[in-house]
Amino acid sequence: MPAEPILLDFEKPLMEFERSIAQIRQMAEAGNEDVSEQVNQLEFRAAQLRHEIFANLTPDQRLKVARHPSRPSTLDYIQGIFEDWTELHGDRVYSDDPAMVGGVACLKMQDDNDGQPVVIIGQQKGRDTKDNIIRNFGMPQPDGYRKALRLMEHANRFGMPILTFIDTPGAYPGLEAENRGQGEAIARNLREMFSLEVPIICTVIGEGMSGGALGIGIGDRVLMLEHAVYSVISPESCSSILWRDVQHIKEAARSLKITAFDLKSMGIIDQIIPEPPGGAHRAPLVMAQTLKETLANNLLELQAMTGKERRSQRYQKFRSMGQFLE
Amino acid sequence: MSLIDWFADRRKSQNAPISPEHQQREIADGLWTKCEECSALHYTKDVIENSLVCPACQHHNKVEGPQRIAQLIDHGSWSPINEHLRSMDPLHFEDLKPYVERLQQTVQKTGLTDAALTGFGMLKGHPIGLGVMDFRFMGGSMGSVVGEKFTRLIEQSTDRSIPVVLVCASGGARMQEGMFSLMQMAKISAALQQHQEARLLYIPVLTNPTTGGVTASFAMLGDIIIAEPKAMIGFAGRRVIEQTLRQKLPDDFQTAESLLKHGFVDQIVPRTKLKNTLAKLLRLHQRPTDQHELKNSTEVPPLASPVAPR
Repeated sequence: MPAEPILLDFEKPLMEFERSIAQIRQMAEAGNEDVSEQVNQLEFRAAQLRHEIFANLTPDQRLKVARHPSRPSTLDYIQGIFEDWTELHGDRVYSDDPAMVGGVACLKMQDDNDGQPVVIIGQQKGRDTKDNIIRNFGMPQPDGYRKALRLMEHANRFGMPILTFIDTPGAYPGLEAENRGQGEAIARNLREMFSLEVPIICTVIGEGMSGGALGIGIGDRVLMLEHAVYSVISPESCSSILWRDVQHIKEAARSLKITAFDLKSMGIIDQIIPEPPGGAHRAPLVMAQTLKETLANNLLELQAMTGKERRSQRYQKFRSMGQFLE
Repeated sequence: MSLIDWFADRRKSQNAPISPEHQQREIADGLWTKCEECSALHYTKDVIENSLVCPACQHHNKVEGPQRIAQLIDHGSWSPINEHLRSMDPLHFEDLKPYVERLQQTVQKTGLTDAALTGFGMLKGHPIGLGVMDFRFMGGSMGSVVGEKFTRLIEQSTDRSIPVVLVCASGGARMQEGMFSLMQMAKISAALQQHQEARLLYIPVLTNPTTGGVTASFAMLGDIIIAEPKAMIGFAGRRVIEQTLRQKLPDDFQTAESLLKHGFVDQIVPRTKLKNTLAKLLRLHQRPTDQHELKNSTEVPPLASPVAPR
């Protein structure tokens, strides 16, 4: 029997349904009674309720979905979408950062025999506490950003499109990270990603916090999963700086405009990828399939352009961001 | 008060050339300036002449944007650009105070339109694009206006084939403009990529403090990176790191001196020598064609009406 899903506080109304469905199923297993009618009915109502809850999520609730412990991570999507995944390690300077994974793989659609080799880079959170300690909770060191750049340059040399998956609470704030140039590593990536000729598609799959997210976030297309969030600063830090306490996370999350819908209307991202009912973690395979199709479609459009055109379009895209009075 | 403090106090009071009441009055009049670091008293005029560096302890006081331009640009050669760019409130942001109100008050208090000043001018005869940040304007934070002004400055400098100098002083990205602020990091870095591709020189000058999104973008992208003595330079805030690690950090952590040691800045240059150092570097990086042009004309490349530094 699969482990009981972790429910978020605003999903509590769903708990009743889930519990009774499980109970009835158990009873049915014991006896011979046909309960499918009852179960169907309950499941239908649960689905309705779930749809209602998730259609009206507040920004801070979305933040919780984006950080859900069972939410699919970069490696989950790599497994679900690509073939021939070969992880490549190390920044060739100092170390291999487990919080940033990268490698080569093949994106193969059904009607396509050969498939498209790609370079994949993404922040990696842990699946449990032990794993999270190894992965540093998805907070890369400078070495992670340097590994990412090394692999992006590799992609550019071999004409492989770059797909990045963004999911980080931020670049790691630590003594070593600062001494080894966290700022420099991110800054260099920002500049160099504008010089690459191959297509770049960046997808925010969970949380994208601040410069640590942007460090692999310069793309011809920037996509976001429906419940993902992307912000200049984490609502927690924002609350403690601007409100001088940690009680105003809700207000900060609302004020910062961090949801996919807000960012689409602000022109910061290009496309919102719908999630299965109840969030990506409820049906990871469905989510992976949707993501795969979206990536393939975007890639097709980008491959119709020359490298020079892509670079110039990428420049113009970010050049136009910002609002001011003249 | 410990005995050591008492001695220190006594020493200070012996050094003071005038009585305390008199002192206070003259400080208030602006005639004298008391160093915030060593408490030495100096004529304000002397401190200004010394580029706002304390003549006694070499403490580098914060410099206002217009003063910085006057320190670096040859008299009469400054022509500002995009002075009228003003911040908007695209997010309708409100924390303890609405962002619009914060902006209005800061504009009134500082007389600035935003946290950056940009323009073209001559530095000891070398034409440059110069951008300076002013910490008084919301902690020098970078929103859409700072991003747009710096991007235009760099783009125009690339068009004119001239070097860029950016003097950084910033707490990082401006939270009140949300993701628009984060994207300014990308925008400025993109413009710097083109400037670099045109093989033009870019020198950021890191002053106290240079942090957050500014460090993680244009501050660290210089061909040559200069820092002022004891400037605080870092990506994550000291307090955040202390909380994360639950340990006390070394005193020199995130100082210019520490960055020099770790290989992230080229030189620490006292402010009194900054203009000369920049001039030397600009001269050394001239290409043959530039030198030819410089010899054949004392004129600045296409500039709008020059005005005196304010």
